[in-house]
Amino acid sequence: MQNLISIIIFLPLIAALILALFLRGEDEAAQRNAKWLALIATTATLFISLFLLFGFDASNTDFQFVEDREWLLGMKYKMGVDGISILFVMLTTFLMPLTIAACWNVTDRVKEYMIAFLVLETLMLGVFTALDLVLFYLFFEAGLIPMFLIIGIWGGKERIYAAFKFFLYTFLGSLLMLVAMIAMYVDAGTTDIPTLMNHTFAAESFPVLGIQVVGGMQTLLFLAFFASFAVKMPMWPVHTWLPDAHVQAPTAGSVILAAVLLKMGGYGFLRFSLPMFPIGSEVMSTFVLWISAIAIVYASLVAMAQEDMKKLIAYSSVAHMGYVTMGIFTVNQQGLDGAIFQMISHGFVSAALFLVVGVVYDRMHTRDIAAYGGLAVRMPVYALIFMLFTMANVGLPGTSGFVGEFLTLMAIFQVNTWVALVATSGVIFSACYGLWLYRRVMLGQLIKESLKSIKDMDKREKAIFAPLVAMTLLLGVYPALVTDIIGPSVEALIGHYEVALNDYAPAAELASAGDH
Amino acid sequence: MATIILFAPLIGAIICGFFWRLIGEKAAQITATGLLFLSFFFSWVVFLTHDGVTEHIFIMRWIDSGSLVADWAIRMDRLTAIMLVVVTTVSALVHLYSFGYMAHDHAFPEDEPYRARFFAELSLFTFAMLMLVTADNLVQMFFGWEGVGLASYLLIGFYYKKESAGEASMKAFIVNRVGDFGFALGIAGLFFMVDSVQLDDVFAAAPMLAETEISFLWRDWNAANLLAFLLFVGAMGKSAQFMLHTWLPDAMEGPTPVSALIHAATMVTAGVFLVCRMSPLFEFAPGAASFVVYIGAITAFFAATIGLVQNDIKRVIAYSTCSQLGYMFVAAGVGMYSAAMFHLLTHAFFKAMLFLGAGSVIHGMHHEQDMRNYGGLKAKFPVTYWIMMIGTLAITGVGIPLTTIGFAGFLSKDAIIESAWAGGTMASGFAFWMLVIAALMTSFYSWRLMFLTFHGEQRGDKHTHEHAHESPMVMLVPLYVLAAGAIFSGMLFYGSFFGHTDKVASFYGIPLKGEETHVEASMEGHTDETHETHMADGTATEHHGEDAATAHADEHGTDEHATETAHATEAADDHADEGEHHAAFGGNPGDGAIYFGPDNHVLDDAHAAPVLVKLSPFIAMLLGFGLAFQMYVRRPDWPAKLAENQKPLYTFLLNKWYFDEIYDAIFVNPARALGRFLWKKGDGSVIDGGINGLAMGIIPWFTRLAGRAQSGYIFHYAFAMVIGIVILVSWMTIAGN
Repeated sequence: MQNLISIIIFLPLIAALILALFLRGEDEAAQRNAKWLALIATTATLFISLFLLFGFDASNTDFQFVEDREWLLGMKYKMGVDGISILFVMLTTFLMPLTIAACWNVTDRVKEYMIAFLVLETLMLGVFTALDLVLFYLFFEAGLIPMFLIIGIWGGKERIYAAFKFFLYTFLGSLLMLVAMIAMYVDAGTTDIPTLMNHTFAAESFPVLGIQVVGGMQTLLFLAFFASFAVKMPMWPVHTWLPDAHVQAPTAGSVILAAVLLKMGGYGFLRFSLPMFPIGSEVMSTFVLWISAIAIVYASLVAMAQEDMKKLIAYSSVAHMGYVTMGIFTVNQQGLDGAIFQMISHGFVSAALFLVVGVVYDRMHTRDIAAYGGLAVRMPVYALIFMLFTMANVGLPGTSGFVGEFLTLMAIFQVNTWVALVATSGVIFSACYGLWLYRRVMLGQLIKESLKSIKDMDKREKAIFAPLVAMTLLLGVYPALVTDIIGPSVEALIGHYEVALNDYAPAAELASAGDH
Repeated sequence: MATIILFAPLIGAIICGFFWRLIGEKAAQITATGLLFLSFFFSWVVFLTHDGVTEHIFIMRWIDSGSLVADWAIRMDRLTAIMLVVVTTVSALVHLYSFGYMAHDHAFPEDEPYRARFFAELSLFTFAMLMLVTADNLVQMFFGWEGVGLASYLLIGFYYKKESAGEASMKAFIVNRVGDFGFALGIAGLFFMVDSVQLDDVFAAAPMLAETEISFLWRDWNAANLLAFLLFVGAMGKSAQFMLHTWLPDAMEGPTPVSALIHAATMVTAGVFLVCRMSPLFEFAPGAASFVVYIGAITAFFAATIGLVQNDIKRVIAYSTCSQLGYMFVAAGVGMYSAAMFHLLTHAFFKAMLFLGAGSVIHGMHHEQDMRNYGGLKAKFPVTYWIMMIGTLAITGVGIPLTTIGFAGFLSKDAIIESAWAGGTMASGFAFWMLVIAALMTSFYSWRLMFLTFHGEQRGDKHTHEHAHESPMVMLVPLYVLAAGAIFSGMLFYGSFFGHTDKVASFYGIPLKGEETHVEASMEGHTDETHETHMADGTATEHHGEDAATAHADEHGTDEHATETAHATEAADDHADEGEHHAAFGGNPGDGAIYFGPDNHVLDDAHAAPVLVKLSPFIAMLLGFGLAFQMYVRRPDWPAKLAENQKPLYTFLLNKWYFDEIYDAIFVNPARALGRFLWKKGDGSVIDGGINGLAMGIIPWFTRLAGRAQSGYIFHYAFAMVIGIVILVSWMTIAGN
């Protein structure tokens, strides 16, 4: 299976092309065909990607299923997966059919909508599998175009503002990353990611504008990439685009945005920052840990004040991503395992929560929390599912939400107890906003006239939630499914990181000083 | 068998919760209850056949990340066995009782099914609680810990249409989370120090922790003290101890069977269980143990004061629970873990009974809970009256002083008060007096409840009183069983929990000193310890700081102390069989179900307590009864007058020391305000404002750069990206050659 990754990546794109070229008309039959084709293509992608999962050898920490070809202008087309990236591929292929099924009731420009999602899937998968800088940059940046279209065309009232915000944030970050990539190419003479991961960038301190930069070039490169990934995560204080984007995006767009696009930043830290700029990472780690801890508390507090369901969940996402960046920059086994687990778990849980909002939005066309109340009376199945994912979001043991949060907290205590204290307080706040939301929407008397005839979930909706429920519980009671796959690669990454630090005396001193 | 005990309630919950539509509501209830009785039966088999040897049963892998390995596994030792019996017995009886209690609930319309949901949640709770008590590692315990929190949340909020129920359930979950915050930090700290979350590893490392410093926040701390303290914060939340107690009275919003099961007999005792479970750690953490004693003593006292004036029958019992939990913590804190477990066991019986008895009254009185509207109900509720009477006799501690004959609470509460006296530290001295005073108040509010409810004139709505009726058999049978427990459990188990050292040691599987297979090398100064003599006249002996007692053959001279201590006769008999020598606890941390450090001889000292100390709770009980009798039977006009005369004190107590108001003012409202502020000002003005400002400067520049291609931002973006790639590629082509 030499071309397995290419097949997985380009299958959705081919389906999109077929839609674009051969599907004509706007009638109901055409719409139905477009949806079915998209559903079949994404489902097929999921099944083919299972071959990737089962063929993957977790004990081998090198890149696997590598494809290496000549491409345009002397550039390389190089793809592959390792223990860190494979689960993101699986997450994407798993969620896409559900996303397509979630927009079954869309009637506006269905063909284009489907094309946008199919193209988006190709680009997202490309990000997680690209092993060449140029290729990565291409997928990384291009992926935002379909997302813009999804928000901008099928979004809410203030979609232009949201798109503007998104554009501004991402663009500035990406610009710096581009500069850094050029600098890396100049320094290392290659754009091959595996080679760059073993390349040692200069770390001698030098002054910039009169300020001594500890860690030198590595720190600067780190910061440049950080600018881009931090926006994508999103980390505090560059998170404000996310609530607006979520609120304006259609349900399916929010699902993909929260479940997959937010993971690109975390993946970037693991793929670039830690292995390529270990000294830069070490220099900046305390800063990042604090930002993460602040994000957890800040976003949770803000979430408590929200009046819009989607905004609340968006802020909760910011808080959860705080655990991810915190876990990553502890650079120990539990931290990285926890961070990756948290990303995977958040993929399922946040997707489900946005779908939960979508269910009532489809019925009532409002996301205003105050417009609801007492829904449990008429929607028992919905109440149960909402409760399950609220609890998963809160991090109840037995759900997948617990494992990542718990592991990162175990990890941070080993590194910095102050940050641990602040971050752990997140478990209180998450309960506050999670249960507060649930209470206002679901509990109490059903007194609002408009809600008196609301219907419980139908078969299609239940079918969409079923796989998410299954994954959330499965990973909650048997997280070894994930940790067995990522474990060896994470261990190798940490080993690589520590070797690099040991080779660099000032950083070693820095690390030992950082223990206190 | 342990696996069946553990999973039967889960299966019951799943069948009852998800498949009741298929099999019908009645069948679902019967399934859940039947499976619980299965657990109940096996639990007793395990308890009675357990030989004190710790067993580990592996079920499945769970979390596995580097050195952090936590499996699903069962740890079967005496502590687990005790808890299994307590949990499954009360749970099975509550299931049975609920058939009657939940049969026709007027909170739900005819067509809304609620019974299957109730039974499923009860069974789910039982499963989580069993997970907690059978855990072999701290993470699984945390699973159970949070699991019972979830079940408690669901059941408190069972009447989900009621605003107050929704609020109470949220409060319970969040306050518990505050405790869990400490618990999680404690686990993290233990993992950091010990590099394992397995209980055995933690126990073995306890002596090492006592000699290690850990840097936490601004300074270095003694590791054992700090970590034990953090774990105890978790226990405070779950067991509703002083400062984290506010959720428990509100939790009475749940149906009464729930209050009996969760908020009296099982979940709230999880904190006590945790401290007993971690006894090896607490034995090496004197500072944290003192803190436990202080908090326990304060809770016992303060909750009792509030209980004096409450009018809601369930709230009185709730504050009583809170207070009794304080007793248990005092016992655990002074190092008498077995006494804590003893009271946990007896309390489970009589408190569950009191709640279910109260439920019987509430059920018969059409959900009237205010005692001011009761009165003279003895005639209408003859069985319930006698049941409540037994419960009251048990909780107030009625028995024959200086013997081991009495109601359950008599033996276990006296055991705790004697232990507190024998603790020999400042904390335990304080605790002793607090507990004796609390015993007086316990007696007062318990009798007040009885007199107000069953004696005197009928008050309140005539109609309700006319239609009041005794509960059906299905509700009374569980009460009979619990009554038997409330009467006999103290006498039956006294020897095992608080009898002579030999007996307690064999019960818990603790090796005795001298029987150890190897000498602990980690304990310094072990060899030259001198045996300490107990004073025969029973006056206070100061043990603090003295060395451990060791059993040497030449110590027969000190043996009289065993005879003149007024401890259990059966223990004495047993003692005679063991041979006339003084026994002391030995072994390494983790050898038995609980661990007594070499300096811990509270048990012996408690037995040697002076007669006055042993009589003190009895005297307090009599005083409390006398006061209640005077005020509520002989002169029913007194309470109102007293409340009028002592208005500030009365309002202070009636408003529960204003804890809710204080917390709202310093935590809840500021957090909400801060959230709003950060959102509007932080996100809105500062971050977005700043970036917008920046954007106004930059965007025009980019627009010019993009050649005035005014087709929207998406185009800009795509264009910029393409330019980026072009730059990158051209650079590569140029620099690459």
